[in-house]
Amino acid sequence: MDAHMPYLLCTILFCIGIYGILAKRNIIKIILGIVIAEYAVNLFLILVAYKAGGRAPIFDTLENGQLIQPSAMVDPLPHALVLTSIVIGLATTAFMIALAIRLYGKYGTFDITRMRELRG
Amino acid sequence: MMITESTIPLFVAIPLAGAFLTAMLKRVKGIPDTLGVMSTICTFVMSVFAVMRLDIGERLLSNIGFWGGFSEVFGKIVGIQLVMDGLTSFMLVVVNLVAFIVAIYSVNYMTRYTAKWQFYSLFLLMVAGMNGVIITGDLFNLFVFLEIASLASYALVAFGTGKRELEASFKYAVMGGVGSLLILLGIIFLYSNTGTLNMGDMAVILSEQGMPSIIYLVFGLFLMGFGLKAALVPFHAWLPDAHPSAPAPISAMLSGVLIKALGVYAICRIFFNVFGFPEQISSLLMTLGAISMGVGALVALRQWDMKRLLAYSSISQVGYIMLGIGIGTPLAIAGALFHLFNHSIFKSLLFLDSGAVEYATHTRDLKQMGGLSKRMPITSTTTLIGAMSLAGIPPFAGFWSKLLIIVAAVQANHFGYAIWAVIISIITIGYVLKITRFAFLGTLRKRFSDIREVPAFMRISLIVLALICIFGGLLILPAIRGGFIGQAVSALLMGKGA
Amino acid sequence: MSKEHGDGMSVIVKTVTRLTVGLIFLYGIYIVLHGHLTPGGGFAGGVIIALSFINLELAFGKRTSGKIFSKSATSLVESFGAVMFLAIALLGLQWGGFFTNFLHPDGDPGMLVSAGTIPLSNIAISLKVGAGIFGIFLTLIVLQKFESEKK
Repeated sequence: MDAHMPYLLCTILFCIGIYGILAKRNIIKIILGIVIAEYAVNLFLILVAYKAGGRAPIFDTLENGQLIQPSAMVDPLPHALVLTSIVIGLATTAFMIALAIRLYGKYGTFDITRMRELRG
Repeated sequence: MMITESTIPLFVAIPLAGAFLTAMLKRVKGIPDTLGVMSTICTFVMSVFAVMRLDIGERLLSNIGFWGGFSEVFGKIVGIQLVMDGLTSFMLVVVNLVAFIVAIYSVNYMTRYTAKWQFYSLFLLMVAGMNGVIITGDLFNLFVFLEIASLASYALVAFGTGKRELEASFKYAVMGGVGSLLILLGIIFLYSNTGTLNMGDMAVILSEQGMPSIIYLVFGLFLMGFGLKAALVPFHAWLPDAHPSAPAPISAMLSGVLIKALGVYAICRIFFNVFGFPEQISSLLMTLGAISMGVGALVALRQWDMKRLLAYSSISQVGYIMLGIGIGTPLAIAGALFHLFNHSIFKSLLFLDSGAVEYATHTRDLKQMGGLSKRMPITSTTTLIGAMSLAGIPPFAGFWSKLLIIVAAVQANHFGYAIWAVIISIITIGYVLKITRFAFLGTLRKRFSDIREVPAFMRISLIVLALICIFGGLLILPAIRGGFIGQAVSALLMGKGA
Repeated sequence: MSKEHGDGMSVIVKTVTRLTVGLIFLYGIYIVLHGHLTPGGGFAGGVIIALSFINLELAFGKRTSGKIFSKSATSLVESFGAVMFLAIALLGLQWGGFFTNFLHPDGDPGMLVSAGTIPLSNIAISLKVGAGIFGIFLTLIVLQKFESEKK
């Protein structure tokens, strides 16, 4: 069970994020829900890379003068993927916050139940 | 110009360079228009050359950075690969043709909005993202390009910055963001199971080792995520708000190519070439397609806003394409891809027409229009051609593609779906008549008595699209079909059989 | 006491900022240049460089630093970074493939001058990311002056 604790954390975070998107009325809280869900998915991607007893994926020498073998390292591919995903999340968040500011300027409120112009 | 392996990345590099050069040189007069039109001309011409060069079943591969040269390193593919096969070249022609015509149209239409260079910059970014989704052979690279195209489209929907545009764009951004998260989760599960991100490698590993039981969760995640991008029915709620609020050329791009390049193409590529095509997916896609057809057509009948009606009609037609793909026989897939091509052409034509109507009369409400055919002959004729193609009236192109799908459904013993498709065709004729009668026939109102026909570039793009609608029916002849759509069908089916 | 600072923050903040912002900028450049040797690279270094500029803007107020860091200069640097990155990628086409690492055999691994085009790509990315984040910051604080239009 201990080995599965981080995955449980990811699931809980993702559910909190989805709850924020679905059940909250304030625009800022919806944006925060998306951000939290995004972080949960990135965390899950990092956890997939973990190998029990692995070292960081940088070539270096051990104490007895040997190079660290690649098979003793943690998988480095998801690290690059997470970097890209974090930047995409940043761009999405920045765009939605700019939208939220402009929506406040037009409607005067952050409540999405008041923004019902389009319907049908 | 020969298409070789090393020219494949240019499909992404040229629009990307165009987008950033436009942002740098924004003060120079006329630069955004020229760069936009030039970039899309280049990619369109290159895509036509690509179709002419490939034979059936042939594939071009290109490793980014030339890692591993021509062979594999450690027995695996290292690095990102770009693939050009029949389906890729077909989709490239569709996307770049519509992008080129929309770029010409925007030269005149976007003078009403203030910042033209921002429009062209975002537009070229969107085209670069869509081209990237089509040519990539690596699953995470597909996700990155999908996000590039989606973010550019969120910003373009909000371009007018009025109340409704902002609300529609926010809704679209939130739903699109959730869809992308579901796709990323599916990719993570697949990576942790197979150890590779290359789609070809993954297909080999999955067919050798059989499907792990987590594959059903991945099916569900991918269907939800890509279904949201393609506006299949439970996930379509963003489309009727986002497509009318965008400026008309962007509505044409969104409805015509974005939902197909990001949604339908990705579903085809992943479910056929990576997973092999399992039985449950076939029936699920057919059901979702049939529901989409019904919901889209029935709600479209109630609309009085011209662009909102066309948006619901898009949902209905994507349902047709999904039905064709779900059936899975070669004739059905050929019909579905042909319908994809046709729908891109005539839906873009209809949205550009509605933009022309809005440019001249400043309204989108069908109840306030009437009799525009007397003052705007070219717009009304092209709308009539596009509408007849949408309704499936012979000899226009839409008739042949719908016929192929219905015949394929009958051949595969799905008589219920075939009858449902015919019924929805009849309802389609209903809302098409609604547009034609209320906007163009009837008496001209007094306040519209001095409107004029739209400017030159807009007219050219409308006429070109209408001509393709008329002559597109020729694509059903086996000689031409084998070269164009047949390559795409065989590329998809290679994955299914193997 | 707090009336003497003009716009921006208090005298203490301004003095400390003057001392530390150069160090932050230098640290960002260090992370960018050693991107092929240590963790970090273009993204992380670019963000740190942007943070040093944001620090200046926050401490000295919009009016004073708006004259030095304008939005159009930021936009120009950002687009230039992207064009430089694409140029490096397209030049690689001549030597074999897209993004090929020409300039390859200089230096051995572990030294600063090695790894071909990767440091140049890192510099281009850091320009783009740094200017991008600073541009986002400028845009979001400029939008602050929207008054809400009541219906």
